[in-house]
Amino acid sequence: MTAAAPANHAHAPTTRTVVRFAGDSGDGIQVLGAEFAKAVALDRHDLMTLPDFPAEIRAPAGSTFGVSAFQIQFGDDGVLTPGDQADALFAFNPAALKTNVGALKPGGLIVADPGAFSARNLKRAGYAANPLDGDALSRYRLVTVDIARLTAEAVAATGVGKKQAGRAKNFWSLGLCFWLFGGERGATIEWIEGKFAKAPEVAASNVAALNAGHAYGETLELDAGSTAQDTRTAPRHGLFRTVTGTDAMGLGLAAVAALSGLKLTYCSYPITPASALLHFLAGLNGRGVSTFQAEDEIASATAAIGASYAGGLGVTASSGPGLVLKGEALGLAVAVELPLVAIDVQRAGPSTGMPTKPEQADLNLALYGRHGEAPLPVLAPATPAECFHVVIEAARLAMQYMTPVLVLSDAYIANAAQAWQLPDVDALPAITPAFRTEPRGFQPFARNPDTLARPWATPGTTGLAHRIGGLERGAGAGDISYDPDNHEAMSRLRAAKVAGIESTLPCEIDGGAEAGDLLVIGWGSTYGAIVEAVQGLTSQGHAVGHLHLRQLWPLPPNLADILQRFRAVAVPELNHGQLARLIRSEFLVDAQPIGQMRGQPFKVAHLEAELTALLPGAPR
Amino acid sequence: MSGQVIALTARDFETDQEVRWCPGCGDYAILKSVRRVLAQLGRRREDTVFVSGIGCAARFPYYVDTYGFHSIHGRAPSLATGIKLANPALDVWVVGGDADFLAIGGNHLLHVLRRNVDLNLVLVNNAIYGLTKGQASPTSSVGTRSPSSPAGTFDAPMNPAALALGAGGSFVARSADMLQDHLPETLLRASAYRGAAFVEVLQNCIVYNDNAFGDLTRKAARAEKTVQVRHGEPMLFGANGERGLVYEPWQGTFRITENVAEATLHDETNPALAMALARLVDDALPMPLGVFYAVPRPHYVAALEANAPQQPLTRGEFKDILRTGSWRA
Repeated sequence: MTAAAPANHAHAPTTRTVVRFAGDSGDGIQVLGAEFAKAVALDRHDLMTLPDFPAEIRAPAGSTFGVSAFQIQFGDDGVLTPGDQADALFAFNPAALKTNVGALKPGGLIVADPGAFSARNLKRAGYAANPLDGDALSRYRLVTVDIARLTAEAVAATGVGKKQAGRAKNFWSLGLCFWLFGGERGATIEWIEGKFAKAPEVAASNVAALNAGHAYGETLELDAGSTAQDTRTAPRHGLFRTVTGTDAMGLGLAAVAALSGLKLTYCSYPITPASALLHFLAGLNGRGVSTFQAEDEIASATAAIGASYAGGLGVTASSGPGLVLKGEALGLAVAVELPLVAIDVQRAGPSTGMPTKPEQADLNLALYGRHGEAPLPVLAPATPAECFHVVIEAARLAMQYMTPVLVLSDAYIANAAQAWQLPDVDALPAITPAFRTEPRGFQPFARNPDTLARPWATPGTTGLAHRIGGLERGAGAGDISYDPDNHEAMSRLRAAKVAGIESTLPCEIDGGAEAGDLLVIGWGSTYGAIVEAVQGLTSQGHAVGHLHLRQLWPLPPNLADILQRFRAVAVPELNHGQLARLIRSEFLVDAQPIGQMRGQPFKVAHLEAELTALLPGAPR
Repeated sequence: MSGQVIALTARDFETDQEVRWCPGCGDYAILKSVRRVLAQLGRRREDTVFVSGIGCAARFPYYVDTYGFHSIHGRAPSLATGIKLANPALDVWVVGGDADFLAIGGNHLLHVLRRNVDLNLVLVNNAIYGLTKGQASPTSSVGTRSPSSPAGTFDAPMNPAALALGAGGSFVARSADMLQDHLPETLLRASAYRGAAFVEVLQNCIVYNDNAFGDLTRKAARAEKTVQVRHGEPMLFGANGERGLVYEPWQGTFRITENVAEATLHDETNPALAMALARLVDDALPMPLGVFYAVPRPHYVAALEANAPQQPLTRGEFKDILRTGSWRA
């Protein structure tokens, strides 16, 4: 895990900038944000992004529920969250302003296009009067820019129609951002030219808009320095790229194919937000990876099991509702003891819930969502970049222990981007699947005495023809068995095998005190917010430590010792206290849940206040 | 995995497992046919996999000495798809009952057929739930009395062969457990087909639905009540093949003729004729058996390979993927 270890966050952050873009879901806000993030990263800033978009593809223009937003925090090393409050907000219409102005800090900059604040749009957003007039926004610094008109003028020479002129607004705005906050246009221009290679006039119009927005910045009577200070640190060394959790997870799965030499069969059914991983891997089809878009969630899970049975590595992924449907198949994988990686990109539930919004409420489902005694390892990456190493570890454990392994990501980790220093591929250890080939003494349910894993004997192997299935198997030979002693023994063996897995994922204090008043235990995407909240408390002199679990089942063996070193335990998570209950039941420790179910990441200030209230001696 | 033919007998495919079907179950006859076909194919036992879901017929893998996977109810076709994705060289058979293939797993059957995954799909149709003790199934005829339908069923049954054709199946056949010449012949054809080969086998459940197809398949009735169709041959039936079927294309139906010269020649590449044969359920006419439809079509893994040749990924190639969009600081 060393390569995925987070940047040292012992030092206090210096100046950082948070920018938020908001507009209609058809305005290209996510493209604008992603391109800005890339340029910021190239400019040697560290960053974290928060795409915040609706499930509707093209909601009615001007509606508040159709607003798509993108927030980015950038600065020196160690940016771990997208920021609590924005320094600047680009509001593309009244609905975007109305729904996002609350995310702006007092005194923050608002860039708004008065042309979009028509009577119709104002009414749609529920404004009685135009907020750009009068003193409704007097707490902020308001700059009005006729973005639509200026974009239309800028692209006129490229000969595109009115529709495309309207679409280029986001690139015009991106140009202005580059002038305000720094960042080179070169990479974006390259991207535009590649993306619109088949429509050169569209590419030209977007580039013209980008350049015009940048040029406009110079005429704007705005002190850019007061908005964003240059926070660039000394040059870092090595290869970098920006990755979302989806990118890192996909790269991790491709790495599994390269490290093991196996064919990785990725089986999935479209679901938000997990589909992005299918799209990423579909682009690698044939290069060690084959993707299979199944007819449903159950088929995707069972096809993955079939692939593993036949000597590939089956991987299946979904989001909460899909994981429920895969439950029976996961039970089969536990029973027949085949390797399988199952990924759940969690979203707010229950049922359809809020499909594009993050939540961590599938932990119970991951731990307990199968009938019978069916334990399996559950892992969770803490950051987008960490998805790479966690999914490799999941695959390694699955093959070493012949077990399905669940990886819990979420909508935030999947969509958020950060700058990532590429790992040294040559240093990644090979994954060596132990295929059984020796017929002598072969028994399909004999066990490796160290790992308790059964042999992986794949069809086609001479002399090893055998039958497996969901009916209980006799230890050793694996024949169908209804023997009471055998079922008891097999149930205990399966549990012992999972309980005994040895992962390379660390379980150690991530930051703050090694012992003391309060231990804050987190998992998954809450990592950055907890780091910064604990930094805040530590800087006030409190003995608070942060432990972030990457392995949720079995719980790491040294967790009990760490728990004992603190007087109190708090568990912030985006659910109603699922990990807190697990810690309580496993360790008889009075772990205090800090739950949030807003479909949004924790805000640092909120978390810091909640943790302060749990400090020993704090008024209750 | 050599192409070399190995001399094996049906007996070589017996396992040490005690067969646990009821005495007189039609599955014994199907198992016997399948073992005979496997011996004739001459493939190594290790290169064949039997996959099943849940049900009486789904116990099949335990009784065939090849690789076998007894999985979960209805999902055998998708599990088998995964096997073919990982190792296309394996000969994969999926055996299931009418509930497995048509009720809980109906969706998967549709999709293996449309994708044309290279599998041998053997639907053991006894028109009843056996293992769960006798409830009506999707193929039970109207009026079937069962513990779950004490007054008789009133919902229309499904026609498996017609369903398979409708789903885009390009090899669709029907046979019966009792026909120890016709069944192996049909299974051999299915095995030779590169793609999803669907064979409906009419089977007798002696305990819960005895004689459901008895009128068709009993030795005494067979000649009059069924017609075996073969590509390029006239559709004849009767003890001495003295009567024939004439296809009426405008109606999509058949009529009986005493003039055998008039009988329609079967053309297994004609989709309309295939559908008419599959849908022919009429007490006044014989039930068609045989290969209704067989046309070549790229199977799923072949199409996948054509789309993107499947190669292992080296570390060097992975580095290139990893470095996409990267910069050096």
